[in-house]
Amino acid sequence: MASTQELENFCTQVRRDILRMVHAVNSGHPGGSLGCTEFVSVLYQEVMDHDSDFSMDGNGEDLFFLSNGHTSPLFYSVLARSGYFPVSELSTFRKLGSRLQGHPTTHEGLPGIRMASGSLGQGLSNGIGAAMAKKLNGDDKLVYTLHGDGEIQEGQIWEAAMFAAHNKVDNLIMTIDANGKQIDGETDDVLSLGSIEAKFEAFGWDVMELAEGNNPAKVVEALAEAKLRTGKGKPVCIVMKTEMGNGVDFMMGTHHWHGQAPNDEQLASALAQNPETLGDY
Amino acid sequence: MTKYIDSGKKDTRSGFGDGFTELGKENENVVGLVADLTPSLKMGEFAKNHPERFFQAGIAEANMIGMAAGLTIGGKIPFAATFANFATGRVYDQIRQAVAYSGKNVKIAASHAGITLGEDGATHQILEDIGLMKMLPGMVVINPCDYNQTKAATKAAAEYEGPVYLRFGRPKVANFTPADQKFEIGKALMLNEGSDVTIVATGHLVWEALLAAEELEAKGIKAEVINIHTIKPLDVPAILKSVEKTGCIVSAEEHNVLGGLGESVARELSQANPVPQEFVGVNDVFGESGTPAQLMEKYGLNAKAIVEAAEKAISRK
Repeated sequence: MASTQELENFCTQVRRDILRMVHAVNSGHPGGSLGCTEFVSVLYQEVMDHDSDFSMDGNGEDLFFLSNGHTSPLFYSVLARSGYFPVSELSTFRKLGSRLQGHPTTHEGLPGIRMASGSLGQGLSNGIGAAMAKKLNGDDKLVYTLHGDGEIQEGQIWEAAMFAAHNKVDNLIMTIDANGKQIDGETDDVLSLGSIEAKFEAFGWDVMELAEGNNPAKVVEALAEAKLRTGKGKPVCIVMKTEMGNGVDFMMGTHHWHGQAPNDEQLASALAQNPETLGDY
Repeated sequence: MTKYIDSGKKDTRSGFGDGFTELGKENENVVGLVADLTPSLKMGEFAKNHPERFFQAGIAEANMIGMAAGLTIGGKIPFAATFANFATGRVYDQIRQAVAYSGKNVKIAASHAGITLGEDGATHQILEDIGLMKMLPGMVVINPCDYNQTKAATKAAAEYEGPVYLRFGRPKVANFTPADQKFEIGKALMLNEGSDVTIVATGHLVWEALLAAEELEAKGIKAEVINIHTIKPLDVPAILKSVEKTGCIVSAEEHNVLGGLGESVARELSQANPVPQEFVGVNDVFGESGTPAQLMEKYGLNAKAIVEAAEKAISRK
């Protein structure tokens, strides 16, 4: 088990990776990636039983499906720093011939990716399918998914939510990154989600709230609690409050950095706020 | 010409259902998903025999396709089934991202394809599905001609590793292929040799092509008839070899002429051996309500239309 300081160092380095990757190609999505850094880092560093010697079927392992695929720089950084592929490969992000496509894909054979994502709203269905296969295989490991809150405006999410509850898919932990923002502005202004918790409860899920989604220790705690709630006949949903652009002062409190790369000056300022901890790629 | 005997009309969807039932017994990795159409897809027997391997998705096709893709990650071979209209156009994006682009071993079982769905009308009669599916990189597109061949194709699809679109229909049609005929994906079947015109047909139009060849023979025209049960990958060598001999071709399909078999054939011929080609298919319109036979007549999808097209193709040589 890593210490809180070790987890924080890991997250800081991941944030640096995200910022440098997006800056290098002047494209990509830093805001949501920074906001979910603690969650995905803790998942791979502390919570999931997984093997960086990657196999597509992942039998006997916990599986993770990133549904909001635009947070790919985060996913790539955490995978690389968890041993799935060389950290140096992060420098190829979004460049011609790279395995690190703008949105994650299985097409380039990058270890750690089991499903393409980018067209929103599909990852919960994929996760449910994988969870059902685990049950059929007598595999007691768990399936985790991550979604943006804006993403759950997609109707397919609610098809899947209905199915998972009806069929007691209780080896599944869905996480919603509730940062309250999407490309066009506040989710409340674009298309209000109302109470996400109440909606999933009404659909028959066991719903948890994680108030401090950017606090690694709290994420560890919440995921431990979520694991305890699996196997009880209900799929588990964590509504995780986060801050888009977390860790970079000028990226926080706005939706402006959803899909916008920092310029040289902005990068320098952002990196100064996130000093190197584990070595840059 | 070679004589083909109709051993009794049967529906191709029952060929799928019976093949799927056998797959259930033979391969424990085969799983089924359906969007509230179990009896229509003839999946009831599988569901009864293997309830743990049969998933009722409800009227929620997008989730069904996504779950099918997820099931492959645990080594399952999912058949996701519904009407062809809802199995393709409605979920094109899900198929594109989670099945084709992700290279998943999902079989899309699409029933009630084409205009022979009949009375339900245009909302349910998809005539664009072959085009949609064949445009997806890596997707195999199969459109078998009768009950026996659909049954064989279902089993072949399970053995093939990768995404497959399997298309079949609702009405009872002539069942004339041998029950023990091997189904090889991508390998066209020569049904009748001839020297004057090549007829390449797929799905329900194969039987009509054979009837047309008989009519043509009575007029002294020798037609070569090839059953293109796999539209992608297309058996290009078989088609080129035939037109080399006959010098002209007719394509026949229960699909929009845009995007279907005929277009795939024309593309190959245009590069390798441009010969006159006539297209039997639906001419870029939506269908309407009617009996299957009435619709086949009205939209020019029968032996008579194939005979006329063959004569026209020959006249253009």
